[in-house]
Amino acid sequence: METLIEILQELHPEVDFRTCHTLVEDKIIDSFDIVSLVAEIHSEFDVVIPPEEIIPENFNSAEALYRLIQRLEEED
Amino acid sequence: MQINVLEYLEKTVLRVPEKVAYSDGTASLTFRQVFDQSRAVGTCLKKSGYTREPVVVFMRKHPDVVAAFFGTVYAGNFYVPIDEEMPSYRVELIFKTLHPRVLICDRETQKLAEQFSCQGQIYLYEEMIQTAIEEECLAKVRREAIDTDPIYIVFTSGSTGVPKGVAACHRSVIDYIEHLSDVLEFSQETVFGNQAPLYFDACLKELYPTIKFGATTYLIPKELFMFPIKLVEFLNQYQINTICWVVSALTMISGLGVLEKVKPNYLKTIAFGSEVFPIKQFRIWRNVLPYAVFVNLYGPTEATGMSCYYRVEREFLEEEAIPIGQPFPNTRILLLDQDNRLVQQGETGEICIVGTPLTLGYYKDFERTEQVFVQNPLNTFYPERMYRTGDLGRYNERGELLFISRKDNQIKHMGHRIELGEIEANVNLLEEVLISCCIYSSKKDKIVLYYVGEIEKAVMAARLKKCLPRYMMPNWIEPLEQMPLTPNGKVDRVFLKRRYEEGEGEHKAGENENRRN
Repeated sequence: METLIEILQELHPEVDFRTCHTLVEDKIIDSFDIVSLVAEIHSEFDVVIPPEEIIPENFNSAEALYRLIQRLEEED
Repeated sequence: MQINVLEYLEKTVLRVPEKVAYSDGTASLTFRQVFDQSRAVGTCLKKSGYTREPVVVFMRKHPDVVAAFFGTVYAGNFYVPIDEEMPSYRVELIFKTLHPRVLICDRETQKLAEQFSCQGQIYLYEEMIQTAIEEECLAKVRREAIDTDPIYIVFTSGSTGVPKGVAACHRSVIDYIEHLSDVLEFSQETVFGNQAPLYFDACLKELYPTIKFGATTYLIPKELFMFPIKLVEFLNQYQINTICWVVSALTMISGLGVLEKVKPNYLKTIAFGSEVFPIKQFRIWRNVLPYAVFVNLYGPTEATGMSCYYRVEREFLEEEAIPIGQPFPNTRILLLDQDNRLVQQGETGEICIVGTPLTLGYYKDFERTEQVFVQNPLNTFYPERMYRTGDLGRYNERGELLFISRKDNQIKHMGHRIELGEIEANVNLLEEVLISCCIYSSKKDKIVLYYVGEIEKAVMAARLKKCLPRYMMPNWIEPLEQMPLTPNGKVDRVFLKRRYEEGEGEHKAGENENRRN
């Protein structure tokens, strides 16, 4: 989780990713962030996020994104 | 002969009044509704004494915006679209140039609009369309209108930091729409999926052919461009067959592996531009849609949308760039060297544009207008305007025009003449690289490479050494999370240069990142 927060923090240092659960609705992240996140997560966690998982529910908070990463790691 | 863009709407509304003209998937306007609402807005503006002046349209992306645009033109004004996501600093800069007396907002943007230091009257779109249409009032405006009257101003970033307002008139827009429609074969059956924000000239490609043919435009909600499967599903749901998008929107879909899961079933025309389409991404698209027509478009805002096109019909090697092809009919391209002479075949020159599609210039800025809208130096016989794009191009052996780079990105380093675009092109060839940008710091005498992609600096350097002459090797390489972009979606070189020359802290952050890896 710490690594993920760090990745997110580098994208948007001004956001508190531990408490924010509206990253998508509040337009905090955009399409460039999504592309960067998918690439970063691949290199840091060695997890490929398949396109069908690139949905608002999975990107709305650091927590949701972390759950996704864990789920994908288990499936691996 | 057609002299007003609204004639498109007036003819089409007689033919297909109940067909949907503009929709965002939730809200829609038929041609009849566009016609009525825009005339109501026009009557309201004219009766309130606004004519031949800029009207700021500050609304969320919605079909109503288009009717507000046309309403502005019905009153003989020109629309200036401002986006709710535009930083207020930029909006204020724009207002300093315009001094607008009137602004149109909607219920959602009203609060924000009232916060601007705008001296003008604020009108609510939802109230304006209640105005009773006065045919005679609008007819009088039309009788007095000429085709060189402006219809819009769009603001484009200026290298000095102050946005430049490019004003375009009926004539150049009609000329552009006619030729673009021929080349891309638009018709009444065309269903557009619009990606471009409505505050750029890029949206002309959908908005005007829609009223010309009685086609339909879906304004795709911006957030769908974050979720590519939903985006493709949107295209399929509305049977969208034509898209004119920036390359990065297309490569997001192909780069994330979406096309292996879901296919845009109805797409048959894919136009793209503003950036170089990496061949490896292009091939993914072509393989999925082998029968679709792919067209590369090129053109500056100053020449009303697009000036050149290239239909991709042959195979390209990965190190090749897709040409920008040939000018649209009624557009002349001149490649001029530093001494204002035509370049020899195969040589690189500045792309200069002559013809009806040239816009009027920069609003209230004669100085900057005169720097780039100049007398054609080859014509010493009569006045002929020419626009200097600052882009460098050359013709290949097939006679196809190639975009090489920006004129101002050519550098001299250690005595060598170097095109930064060439370094970038080599970096972009690396599979892991999504986007790159090379800048030159004359202050520190260094070529600096920034890139986005999963590749270590050391690996990058090793691979570059294999394809670049030693003197062209970047002196500083730094990976970035994302490439900073200007509001126009181009790489923000000015920002990167400042970051390099001033940002010691940034370099440290880069080093931390390496340790983590």
